Amino acid sequence: MTVQAHELTKDYKYGFHDVDVSVFRTEKGISPEVVAAISDHKQEPEWMLKFRLKALDHFFKRPMPNWGADLSGIDFDNIYYYIKPVDEMGRSWDDVPDSIRNTFDRLGIPEAERNFLAGVSAQYDSEVVYHSIRADLEKLGVLFSDCDTGLRDHPEIFKRYFGTVIPPNDNKFAALNSAVWSGGSFVYVPKGVRVEVPLQAYFRINSDNMGQFERTLIIADEGSYVHYIEGCTAPTYSNDSLHAAVVEIIAERGAHVRYTTIQNWSDNVYNLVTKRAIAKQDATIEWIDGNLGSKVTMKYPSIYLMGEGAHGEVLSAAFAGTGQHQDAGSKCIHVAPNTTSNVVSRSISKGSGRTSYRGHIKVLPKATNVKANVRCDALLLDEESRSDTYPYMDIENPDVTFGHEATVSKVGEDQIFYLQSRGIDEQQATALIVNGFFEPFVKELPMEYAVELNRLLALSMEGSIG
Amino acid sequence: MSETAGGAQVVATGNGAVAAPTTELHVDGLRVAVEGKPILDGVDLRVPVGEVHVLMGPNGSGKSTLAYSLMGHPKYQVTGGSASFDGQDLLALTPDRRAQLGLFLSFQNPIAIPGVTTVNFLRAALRAQGRELPAREFIARLGDEMSSLRMDASFRGRYINDGFSGGEKKRAEILQLAMLEPRLAILDEPDSGLDVDALRIVAEGVLRVMERSEGRMGVLLITHYYRILENLTPDRVHIMHQGKIVDSGGPELAHVIEREGYDPYITAISPAGPEVSRR
Repeated sequence: MTVQAHELTKDYKYGFHDVDVSVFRTEKGISPEVVAAISDHKQEPEWMLKFRLKALDHFFKRPMPNWGADLSGIDFDNIYYYIKPVDEMGRSWDDVPDSIRNTFDRLGIPEAERNFLAGVSAQYDSEVVYHSIRADLEKLGVLFSDCDTGLRDHPEIFKRYFGTVIPPNDNKFAALNSAVWSGGSFVYVPKGVRVEVPLQAYFRINSDNMGQFERTLIIADEGSYVHYIEGCTAPTYSNDSLHAAVVEIIAERGAHVRYTTIQNWSDNVYNLVTKRAIAKQDATIEWIDGNLGSKVTMKYPSIYLMGEGAHGEVLSAAFAGTGQHQDAGSKCIHVAPNTTSNVVSRSISKGSGRTSYRGHIKVLPKATNVKANVRCDALLLDEESRSDTYPYMDIENPDVTFGHEATVSKVGEDQIFYLQSRGIDEQQATALIVNGFFEPFVKELPMEYAVELNRLLALSMEGSIG
Repeated sequence: MSETAGGAQVVATGNGAVAAPTTELHVDGLRVAVEGKPILDGVDLRVPVGEVHVLMGPNGSGKSTLAYSLMGHPKYQVTGGSASFDGQDLLALTPDRRAQLGLFLSFQNPIAIPGVTTVNFLRAALRAQGRELPAREFIARLGDEMSSLRMDASFRGRYINDGFSGGEKKRAEILQLAMLEPRLAILDEPDSGLDVDALRIVAEGVLRVMERSEGRMGVLLITHYYRILENLTPDRVHIMHQGKIVDSGGPELAHVIEREGYDPYITAISPAGPEVSRR
């Protein structure tokens, strides 16, 4: 699991793209007509069209957020909001067109599915092109599909939860997603069912000037457990792409949801994602959030601790290389008594790369005996790199145990020298220190992802260090 | 000839009568400055492989500076003189190349590398030196060395020097010495802050590596204390003061220092002596 010096070369190996095989796409730009066309193409019920159009209204009305990363490069008129790659979703990889299947082969998805996953969903541009779930889980009543299928086949569950955690008017990009959403995952785990092997969704952008707006809704019913993993990559294009997902999680009483992300977009993608979870009584939510790629990421996985005894964890790692800005963080809102949250953030900046930690801890007046802990550490690899911390605390109940610790450090000359004095060269020494810094995050990943993450990290580090 | 506590014979060179060995550390007129301030003022020193040399001297005399400079810390600027090992110019090499040549520095204050376990650290070091062992052999050897140093097995999985006590750090340094088996070990106060038992474990550890090397490892031991020399009998003792070696002799010189302190050197060299010695 260590980075090898020979791997420290600049190489985003996922930057390739396929020829366009799409079967339908809306015209460039965003309008009520485009939204209606998407809804019509999906043959959605009337209420969803209305929901979309109302959301679009919010999107037009809201100003661009100016408090975080620089978003001035986004040209909403130069984006395709819906590109349908195939006519029908495959239940077997043989059903997926060759060029698309080859892409997912290169990304290692079918292999991972065979080896250690309970279910796989693969989205290509706007639609899920392949989908599977283990038969035994299906028999237990576990639902795992794209969100469109959830709307069509399980309207009673879908309608009850959809848009309840993140309403369309939450922020500009959640509004945009609500207007043009497509694909994503719909997961329902029945009472008491424990899905011990992870489900994985993989999101791939293929087209140039593409906007990907997947929508994910995860419902863990009472006493259930599920671990959901998402990965993502995109081709390297000179034009920018936009990824604006919405992820809603509901953990009912005593349920436990772990959501792991390894975000590795190419460096022309604006990644502006809204992720929020509700934890009811004695429920546990864990966001394991790794951000390596993209041009700009703004993402603050949130947990609303609504029921007594609920627990939330956010463990995040970010790497910003030259030209990248990772503006990430977390929010923990303690609504109920005896709730606990723990946030651990690690970020590394290199070259002109910039990381920001933006965190919000809120304790409402009725939330007594709350324990909240935040720890964020940033590591700078050189003089040029930058890191900022923006912690917001909003404590309205004095009966709270709250800890906050933040550090920014540079890879120390003394650390490098110590490793060098054992025969390890400077580049390898830096790799060891970087790997070690991310260790608290990496050790929470399934083995296969830990290996992958360390490899990705090595690729991001480039050849010339120090 | 002198007998070490462990019974190994080492060659003691008589004062002035040096039979030039093939492999040695050779320091000639070395001058070093830190942030523009001169610290070493022309150090001359020879440490042949197979011998234990002890470097003593008052605080601030330049002992640690010499150790860091020989290993190549970037903060220490060499402003004059030369240093070679086995005929190779050390000053032209990066610290990792010096280590690959056979140098090792036991740090007075070892640096923590959070997230890097002791076992991974040692494997990375051995690999970097082109001496990687098969996994099973490596683990077995590491286990042996750790039990010799009375280190708990849990140490393997602990992050190197992270949260280690002072004594644990010293032992971890000797563990690295034992695993890496250098040709020249520069030990910068491996005994400071240790109680009697820990001191003996560290001293015996060094001795064990020394014996196992069968004359292929030299030691430059920096210390303030006579006690460690009860276990590790030196071939030569050098006294450093104000950036220079001001006296050299056999093991008996350490006894003299133990009895009389550095005052004779300080007053002999600098009339302002006592003040200087306390800086």
